[in-house]
Amino acid sequence: MNYKNILKADENNFKTYLSIGLLLIFISLLDVFLNSFFKINITSSLPGNFSLFSPLILGLIGLQLIRIEYSGIKYIDLLNKNINNNNFNALLTLLIIFCIFKAFPPALSWMILDANISGDTKDACTGTGACWTYIKVWLRRFMYGMYPNELHWRINSAFILVIGLGFAGYFFKDNLKKYLALYYVIIYPLIAFLVIYYLISGGSFGLTWVETGAWGGLSLTFIVSFFCLIFCFPLGMILALGRRSNLPTIRYISVGYIEFWRGVPLITVLFMSSVMFPMFLPQDFFMDKLVRVIIAITLFEGAYCAEVIRGGLQALPRGQYDAAKSLGMGYWKMHIFVILPQALKLVIPGICNTFLALVKDTPLIFVVGLSELAGMLALAKTNPKWLGFAMEGYVFAAIIFWIICYAMSKYSYNLEAKYKTER
Amino acid sequence: MNNKIKKIIPQLITLLFVILVFAFFSINASINMDSRGIDFGFGFLSQESSFDVQFSLIDYDGSYSYYRAYLVGLLNTLLVSFISIIFCTIIGVIIGVARLSPNYLIRNTAAWYVEFFRNIPLLLQLFFWYYAALRVLPLPEKADALLGVSYLTIKGFYIPSMIWNNLDIFIYSILASIISIIFIRFYAKKIQETKGKQIPLIYISAAILIVLPLLSFLFGNVSLSFEIPVLKKLAKTSYIFEGGISLPPELIALVLSLSLYTSTFIAECVRAGIQGVGKGQREAAASVGLTPNQVLKLVIMPQALRIIIPPTTNQYLNLTKNSSLAAAIAYPDLVLVFAGTALMQTGKAIEIVSITMFTYLTISLAIAALMNWYNKKIEIKEK
Repeated sequence: MNYKNILKADENNFKTYLSIGLLLIFISLLDVFLNSFFKINITSSLPGNFSLFSPLILGLIGLQLIRIEYSGIKYIDLLNKNINNNNFNALLTLLIIFCIFKAFPPALSWMILDANISGDTKDACTGTGACWTYIKVWLRRFMYGMYPNELHWRINSAFILVIGLGFAGYFFKDNLKKYLALYYVIIYPLIAFLVIYYLISGGSFGLTWVETGAWGGLSLTFIVSFFCLIFCFPLGMILALGRRSNLPTIRYISVGYIEFWRGVPLITVLFMSSVMFPMFLPQDFFMDKLVRVIIAITLFEGAYCAEVIRGGLQALPRGQYDAAKSLGMGYWKMHIFVILPQALKLVIPGICNTFLALVKDTPLIFVVGLSELAGMLALAKTNPKWLGFAMEGYVFAAIIFWIICYAMSKYSYNLEAKYKTER
Repeated sequence: MNNKIKKIIPQLITLLFVILVFAFFSINASINMDSRGIDFGFGFLSQESSFDVQFSLIDYDGSYSYYRAYLVGLLNTLLVSFISIIFCTIIGVIIGVARLSPNYLIRNTAAWYVEFFRNIPLLLQLFFWYYAALRVLPLPEKADALLGVSYLTIKGFYIPSMIWNNLDIFIYSILASIISIIFIRFYAKKIQETKGKQIPLIYISAAILIVLPLLSFLFGNVSLSFEIPVLKKLAKTSYIFEGGISLPPELIALVLSLSLYTSTFIAECVRAGIQGVGKGQREAAASVGLTPNQVLKLVIMPQALRIIIPPTTNQYLNLTKNSSLAAAIAYPDLVLVFAGTALMQTGKAIEIVSITMFTYLTISLAIAALMNWYNKKIEIKEK
């Protein structure tokens, strides 16, 4: 058995193979790099398609040459173990690196190098890249909608106040801690509602009235998702308890409600709120469109919330119920003091995910004519002074939403990890 | 006795509450409809619709009834969901497997793909593809042919259509081959159980699946030809492709965004499923002497699928519901055609919105029922 694979390195000749392999890899990477960044093709002398595939072939041979079980050099071992453990993986590795090299320069030049941000009109955009001037000019509209410019401080201060109140629970004294749930479930939503109502829509305390039609942009996204969250949470809790109740009528009504809302798309619910709902209200009773939309989304998300909370209720061991009953607690006492505090702690990550889905769903209110971020983009896109910048607008909105949603999903992931270890 | 009353009273109160809410709504609705001169009824479904739909799978124009318009919308919804489900499954499985790759770069690229597409609202992705990305495609007269026969233009994607002769014989031959494969599988299983002999099932099945339809071409007078789209001049500067199948840009944008968005969730399901099968299972199977292929087929996949399929079905359901976003870019799906145009024309808000919701509800509940049945079937039966 004197067979020997000359392409396979062993410990005797590894030094030679390593230097040749690294050289080949370097040439292949250099070729792609120069090609995409400086438009120089160093292998153009090679015939036909071979020039196109030469970096791939060279790179593959190079990676094959340096592949060895154990070399003793830390970085080479790491390389071999992680990205070069067989030919297929080596090929994929090279393809990914080449794709990054190819995609990076155009993206960079569009986003930054050839982009414009100075000036206030469309004429300022002369480069071939993105026109961030458009975003700069429209930024206030994207954030606050048609809300009057001089009144933006009201939205800002309302948000700061609401967020501050949200964190207030952390600073409760120990003897007040038992009211924490009460605060978050009932008092906080109420105060937040009043703050947003009186500060943003105005009409009293010397503030001018701003009708809800003027609300818009990203702030509307926050307002809608915030209200829907605080209202759908209690609704979901009641429905989850209803679904686990042993009284058949209540159980079937809850199941019917949950399955109904989970079975229809949100867009039809919004259509319902805008065209069908007014028919169901008394004749001289007018309800604002925004309120109708918030009610519709709350009813819809309440069903999803209920399923998440039910998951938490089911995860509790049976012993908790038995223990509470053996102490002589009734249904409500048992749930309020024993079951719900534990179950709700379990479902915080799930609620976080529901909220994430809710934030991602809010752009849909665009279809019933409320102009939050996506709606403002559609409006700005058709403005005759600013035609042709759809790409910039959507990239901007995508970045903003991505940051919000990514932060939230990471937060919920951390919470999940935290509660997992505690149990 | 006391206990019984305690149980009945809350139920009665809830029931009363629900009935009161419904009564309140229906009384208001009837008063409102009376005052506006609208009557309740589904008679409008058979009336002439007198509006046109840009893209439909069945014959349709303004002279057909509203019911036909409903069918057009429903079929378009099902079409876009079906195509997207196929694509998102393919992408999702690849990404899900890639997330478990030993290769650092592949693992992380897949992870970033998931994080990227999952965290941007679907509506924004849809708008991005439709209003920004697909608008940079060339005009029909400037489009280059892909593979020589199909054209990707700003007005849509033109692909050759198939023209069959004696299609029914071909379909029968495929059905016959599927039935015979099922029989052979049954027989092979019996042989393996009684004699312990294995038959190369895959090769035999593939051979049957290829040979029988081929025979239908040779002897059954079946023939297939392609109609290739051809550029045609309409006016001085306006060109259009004729012949073949044309897929409107709305459909392409919708399929792209739905399949990219949903594929991230499917990738997570697949990853969870494969990770959910214990490492010991793989080692145990290998130590019994199964080949790597058999380990995957007989040990890993059956267990992984049990974890993967229920949440994946849920994602398919979500995709079907999300396809209603089509209304935002004017793809004629159920919501746009029926709850949009038809509602505007007839003014029958209650009837039309309820029909639309009921349709989605039926699809959802049917799939949910199917999934529950499947779950029961594959459940591990512990003694």
